[in-house]
Amino acid sequence: MKTRFLIAALALLAGVPALTIGVATNGVAADKPTATGTGTVGGIKVPSTNHPITLNVPAEATHREITDDQKRVRNYADQPPLIPHAIRDYQIDLNINKCLTCHDRRNTAGSQAPMLSVTHFQDRDGQTLGTVAARRYFCTQCHVPQTDAQPIVPNSFQDFDSVLGHAQGGQK
Amino acid sequence: MFLSRRDYLKAQAAAAAAAAAGISLPASAANILTGEGAKLNWSKAPCRFCGTGCSVMVGVKDGRVVATHGDVKAEVNRGLNCVKGYFLSKIMYGEDRLNQPLLRMKDGKFDKDGEFEPITWDAAFDIMAQKWKETLKKKGPTAVGMFGSGQWTIYEGYAASKLMKAGLRSNNLDPNARHCMASAVAGFMRTFGMDEPMGCYDDMEHADAFVLWGSNMAEMHPILWTRVTDRRLSHPGCKVAVLSTFEHRSFDLADIGLVFTPGSDLAILNYIANHIIKTGRVNKEFIEKHCNFKRGRDDIGYGLRPENPLEQKAKNAAKANDSDPITFDEFAKFVEPYTLDKAHELSGVPKNRLEALAELYADPKVKVVSFWTMGFNQHVRGVWANNLVYNIHLLTGKISQPGNGPFSLTGQPSACGTAREVGTFSHRLPADMVVTNPEHRKHAEEIWKLPEGTIPDKIGYHAVLQDRMLKDGKLNAYWVMCNNNMQTAPNTAKETFPGYRNPENFIVVSDPYPTVTALAADLILPTAMWVEKEGGYGNAERRTQLWRQLVDAPDGARSDLWQIMEFSKRFQIEEVWPEELLNKKPELRGKTLYDVLFRNGQVDRFPLSDLDPAYNNQEAKDAGFYVQKGLFEEYAAFGRGHGHDLAPFEQYHQERGLRWPVVDGKETKWRYREGSDPYVKAGEGMRFYGNKDGKANVFALPYEPPAEAPDADYPFWLSTGRVIEHWHSGSMTMRVPELRKAFPNAVVFMHPDDAKELNVRRGQEVRVTSRRGEVRVRVETRGRNKPPRGLVFVPFFDQTVLINKVTLDATDPISKQTDFKKCAVKITPVNA
Repeated sequence: MKTRFLIAALALLAGVPALTIGVATNGVAADKPTATGTGTVGGIKVPSTNHPITLNVPAEATHREITDDQKRVRNYADQPPLIPHAIRDYQIDLNINKCLTCHDRRNTAGSQAPMLSVTHFQDRDGQTLGTVAARRYFCTQCHVPQTDAQPIVPNSFQDFDSVLGHAQGGQK
Repeated sequence: MFLSRRDYLKAQAAAAAAAAAGISLPASAANILTGEGAKLNWSKAPCRFCGTGCSVMVGVKDGRVVATHGDVKAEVNRGLNCVKGYFLSKIMYGEDRLNQPLLRMKDGKFDKDGEFEPITWDAAFDIMAQKWKETLKKKGPTAVGMFGSGQWTIYEGYAASKLMKAGLRSNNLDPNARHCMASAVAGFMRTFGMDEPMGCYDDMEHADAFVLWGSNMAEMHPILWTRVTDRRLSHPGCKVAVLSTFEHRSFDLADIGLVFTPGSDLAILNYIANHIIKTGRVNKEFIEKHCNFKRGRDDIGYGLRPENPLEQKAKNAAKANDSDPITFDEFAKFVEPYTLDKAHELSGVPKNRLEALAELYADPKVKVVSFWTMGFNQHVRGVWANNLVYNIHLLTGKISQPGNGPFSLTGQPSACGTAREVGTFSHRLPADMVVTNPEHRKHAEEIWKLPEGTIPDKIGYHAVLQDRMLKDGKLNAYWVMCNNNMQTAPNTAKETFPGYRNPENFIVVSDPYPTVTALAADLILPTAMWVEKEGGYGNAERRTQLWRQLVDAPDGARSDLWQIMEFSKRFQIEEVWPEELLNKKPELRGKTLYDVLFRNGQVDRFPLSDLDPAYNNQEAKDAGFYVQKGLFEEYAAFGRGHGHDLAPFEQYHQERGLRWPVVDGKETKWRYREGSDPYVKAGEGMRFYGNKDGKANVFALPYEPPAEAPDADYPFWLSTGRVIEHWHSGSMTMRVPELRKAFPNAVVFMHPDDAKELNVRRGQEVRVTSRRGEVRVRVETRGRNKPPRGLVFVPFFDQTVLINKVTLDATDPISKQTDFKKCAVKITPVNA
């Protein structure tokens, strides 16, 4: 733990906005970051003069949107799928919902986009409606695109299969 | 690298063939797991994030959270979560979880300028106790303090309140909720004499119109927004009006969008009252029976340091909360100058939109719900804004009926449950009682079995004042729990950081992760979070929800509750109480604060056999009794029979929460109304029983300008806030890779024409600078927020863009809540 804490602290200290270390997803143990330039014995140097608040931290570079149209393995069945394409300037308002022009049941033959899951046709009481439920109208409340930004620290979440020790090695 | 579909299928087929070749086929399909092994242990818990209070089902396997999803049985969210909620499974697994106390040391001893080194919990409490005792001896209880949280569990807030107000006899306890909804609290107390909304979320399925006053529900209360959206799209004629100082995602559902000049919402509110009166739509019967009219003080200052010229010239800064009774006619005369023209002039909103908005309230046939959050509350006249919106609901009688009512939304998951109901504010005690009222103190002392005079009668330091007092060296031993105030307080570089580094002070920060606040501490305590402990939260609609401990915390990390109770063992009562107090209850002599506060025959009255055997409960096992149940039941004694009734502890573990007052096992949906609220007697119809005469107060209050406005040197308004992907300072959500990658860094949202005039492009790095500090951040001109010219918006979740170095520590003078929405900045390109 100490080394990990070290890294995070040092990243802050150096004004480095994010750590560029491997993503720990799908239960695959992340590569442990290794501390550089610090002692392994003793504590972490966080002098007051170098607290992040006292630094002139440069803005991180803009991250590119991931638009490869590839599905990602979900962390668990109920995780809303991430959006693998650009959605900037998509109109979702009182007039129109651009997402539905591809993902609504009626339009998937033409678009070959995945149809909204069946849950999206159910109202508050679980009754299936003829169309998409109004409460699901604003897609971006649950579904978000991704950028190529690196995690600030790895995450050691493990999915069900990994916990049981039989990960399928799904692509993340 | 991705395979084509055909390649992928081929590879899968080959693998299956190879597997099948040497072995006999199993009874079930080879690629699914069946039976017990496939099962998860699912338990309910409220979401860790906002004040909506969604219930989440948490799936546990082998001691780890492996899945979460929206709870279909929960009234609040009926199976839905927002994107943050759907990723709750990952918030506990950031790899830099702290698991050892860390103390700044040099040569094996504490040193303010030393390096963080791991120590044992014992050593951590030793040094803490030493520093607290030194401080108490030297300066007394006013020099110790604690900054807590609207994200604390009910038990944690309650234990902290006992430790500070009774044990250490200091009212210097305040929650970060001070930054979040103190103005809402003061608004409720002034108008209704009783805190928290009268209506509930069911209003959303009954309303004909919704008005958002400074609330971007689409991002900040997304699940409530699904309910508003549902109603708007499926109820014919339903309308949505959205008011803000910039256009944001909630405008996507708006029939009437109103972007107004910062601070002018006060004028719009008074215009609506005037419009209701002028068009003869006052509900006269209602106001005669149920309302008083009052004129509040004006010119009340801006909550800045007293030597600030703005405070020096404010004539009513010292009596900001005072008021005088007036008549309805006097009130009508007071709002008369707030004509459509004047409202338009001050706000910049087109007149037809202002009129359309006013009509939603004035039209007796339209059932209207008003929502607000930080736009009203983080406002130097936030209490007034709250009072003024109540005015228009009271004038029309549109209140506490299904589909009709003013609804103050809270930001944090237990701002209501912990900060308000438990009373962790520097002026409060449980159940709306206050430390300045001798009867209230006496009542609390009785319940706590303490001698009369234990609780100090002076209001303690509120959030912003704590930072000032740390800096000024008047507050010297300070414990920060469950918040990241170095990132979220206003004017941090000038007013917060200096106090943490003041050599006279000893700062302790408890957190699961090394936040910027933790890095500014002298001692960091590693903390258990969310379902690593048994807990309870209270949401914005008075719904109390409890949960079990579902997984164990990392070895070495301990809950805030355990930390508070362990720390209390370090104090002998004689070390903290004066002789005359001890003489009133000599049987307490020789005891520790732990004995006095937590082994008082009440908190420790439930045995471990009451625990649910299906779950671990670390705190109870350490204490040897069911500590959460004991704390809950002692706490509940404050509210039962006083309009704050809670159900028995166990009932909450069966239900998806209950809305108080819970009387005879039944929750209350609409307060103050006969038939719905058991505290209103038959025949009364309606009674605002928070006030002794049963009436609500309509307040005459003027428009007054903000503390700081753009000028030639600092030509832009700065507003700050959140985005849907991140919770507050991002210490949890930024550690979820999907959320980090969805919104990786704060940006400065600005109008494309402003960018053009500044000669900066989208994505370019600029400095956002105020008189107090600056940050470097990239420009966004095409994002989800579309500010008008002259205003920029920067979210505060990003620890690399500490925007609160730039904000101003002006507060509402009544509520002491900071205005994070209005200060003046300039924008300059980096490298230009």
